Amino acid sequence: MTATLTRGAERLHAAFARAQAEGRAAFIPFMTAGYPTAEAFPAVADALLSQADILEVGLPYSDPLGDGPTIQRASEQALAGGTSTRRTLELVGALRQRHDQPIVVMTYVNPIYAVGPREFMRLAQEAGVDGLILPDLPPDQDIEIADLAAEHGLAVTFLIAPTSTPERVRLVAEACTGFLYAVSVTGVTGAREGAALGEVPAMLALARQHARVPIAVGFGVKDRQTAHQVAQVADGVVVGSAFINAIAGGQDVAALAADIAAGCRRD
Amino acid sequence: MSLTLPTYPQPDARGRYGRFGGRYVPETLIPALDELEQAYNAAKTDPEFLNELARLLTDFVGRPSGLYLAQRLTDHAGGAKIYLKREDQNYTGAHKINNCLAQALLARRMGKRRVIAETGAGQHGVASATAAALLGLECIVYMGAEDIRRQAMNVFRMKLLGAEVREVTSGTSTLKDATNEAIRDWVTNVRDTFYILGSVVGPHPYPAMVRDFQSVIGEEVKVQLQDLEGRAAPDAIVACVGGGSNAIGIFAPYAYLPPAQRPRLIGTEAAGEGVDSGKHAASVAGGRIGVLHGSLMYLLNDAEGQIVPPHSISAGLDYPGIGPEHCYYSETGVAEYVPVTDAQALEGLQLLTRLEGIIPALESAHAIYHAVQLARELGPEGVIVVNLSGRGDKDVAEVMRLLDLEAQSPEAQSPEALSSAAQSPEPQREEVTA
Repeated sequence: MTATLTRGAERLHAAFARAQAEGRAAFIPFMTAGYPTAEAFPAVADALLSQADILEVGLPYSDPLGDGPTIQRASEQALAGGTSTRRTLELVGALRQRHDQPIVVMTYVNPIYAVGPREFMRLAQEAGVDGLILPDLPPDQDIEIADLAAEHGLAVTFLIAPTSTPERVRLVAEACTGFLYAVSVTGVTGAREGAALGEVPAMLALARQHARVPIAVGFGVKDRQTAHQVAQVADGVVVGSAFINAIAGGQDVAALAADIAAGCRRD
Repeated sequence: MSLTLPTYPQPDARGRYGRFGGRYVPETLIPALDELEQAYNAAKTDPEFLNELARLLTDFVGRPSGLYLAQRLTDHAGGAKIYLKREDQNYTGAHKINNCLAQALLARRMGKRRVIAETGAGQHGVASATAAALLGLECIVYMGAEDIRRQAMNVFRMKLLGAEVREVTSGTSTLKDATNEAIRDWVTNVRDTFYILGSVVGPHPYPAMVRDFQSVIGEEVKVQLQDLEGRAAPDAIVACVGGGSNAIGIFAPYAYLPPAQRPRLIGTEAAGEGVDSGKHAASVAGGRIGVLHGSLMYLLNDAEGQIVPPHSISAGLDYPGIGPEHCYYSETGVAEYVPVTDAQALEGLQLLTRLEGIIPALESAHAIYHAVQLARELGPEGVIVVNLSGRGDKDVAEVMRLLDLEAQSPEAQSPEALSSAAQSPEPQREEVTA
């Protein structure tokens, strides 16, 4: 646990605190950078940011094994359109000029290694990224990444899952500096039929014993109703595939975002 | 046959071979990997598990496989004696069955009734389906659409054995994508599913466990070569590497010997159309360090970390990474990795077939080609062991197609031996895919 909070961590915690004060869970929409095209992405991100407390931007990757088919297809489309690592950080940098909400980047570790961890963090810092979400990096795998992120003012978010043992929950929770990301189900990202709270309350109860950061829940949250369920127990609600499906289906992203954001209000 | 699983100094407690290896996977899987590691460590010293594995390796697989002096190949090369470790004699036709039976036994022991596997050429899929049938386990095999087309016969075998073959159309529709899908299935069904991983790749403890289960190959060579040549170690061992499981199986029992006692260990990488062409699967020669499928290793990936699709004449070597222990061997000089092209492999296949009456898998043909070059270099006093990892039945249709193309050039010889073995694969292919 870092002794002093990074700039990114402070901004993230403040965003959660604001939502909390307004009787809401923080709304954290996800969008793949460069989707549906590099040109159209800024408008999509603007629409999401009109409702978001925090924006999660996915760095498109060729082999996203923690993601389901929806996000994988979005990544393939973004990569085909030329959006890769550096371009993603440029797109985030442009959003940073127009918006004040925290922006976190979700990336698999390979692009970080390929660019070089130090260079990656430098580019992320320059772009105004507040934090990283690392779906294939358990915190005990590579301490260097988290340390370099902290050096560059970035917060890091690791994930817990319903299969996590109490020891793992503790280890992961203590390593997070931005927020803790609780995966609602065993599985990959993507909207599901009949997604319900299931194991989430028990998992959160365990996590809260150790986490000194807010806890967001994601995977399978797809609409106002599921967001509302999660918002009753979590500090933040992450919604991803539903927005990509909306774009693919020609639906109005801003309207969907507004609807789900309204669902994040606590009873 | 008694069986003791070996103990090696690598990996460390965190699953690292030097800086390679590790567990770069979604957190969901970490407890399952811990559980697997514990179960494996317990099984490794449990006489009941070892006896059953030994019995199956002997009576079901047909071990020990032969160590055969390829005299006509040796004469042709005009140098060192070339021995073939005949993993092609194994039931199901390749070394893959050694590992699959062991992992399936472990799955049953852990109470997992559902097993999943990924496959490229189909050998690991067939071996997994076979082990599952033998032990009464439900089996699902992920296979890229491209490989399903290339390996129709193996797809049919898997189905006949009762496995469900799931076609993977994401990404490049090949082995790496089949592996992604298998991992996704495992993340989703981790509580009741055992992932039978087919090579020395993936998150710890897989590379170590698969190595241990394949080490029977090198351990047998020690004994057999002692009988044949009066020494346990040859001058050189040659084996093909994709992920690297057959190579590690024959290398590892020698790799940790003091340098003076250690044979030269040479892995042949699939260089496709040449390492400079960009169309290859040579991860050591043409890759750089990266993370894929849970492990830090040499990897074909571009400057921004996107995986570069590999290419090889052989579906079994068509993988963009190489196991972390091989990376460690390469970095520390324990083993050498040399590129062998598609054309050279095809030459190796024809050579062995004509001279010895053995049709090798295209994978193994890479090793054969290099062994002939090396035999000349080592001279008549030398002894080389080549791991003949699998037989070529699965490849004859593809080889026939390639040689038909080549036959258009006047210097090409007509491939009677190959085409008669192929026996009209096209009708069978239609039947399977219908």
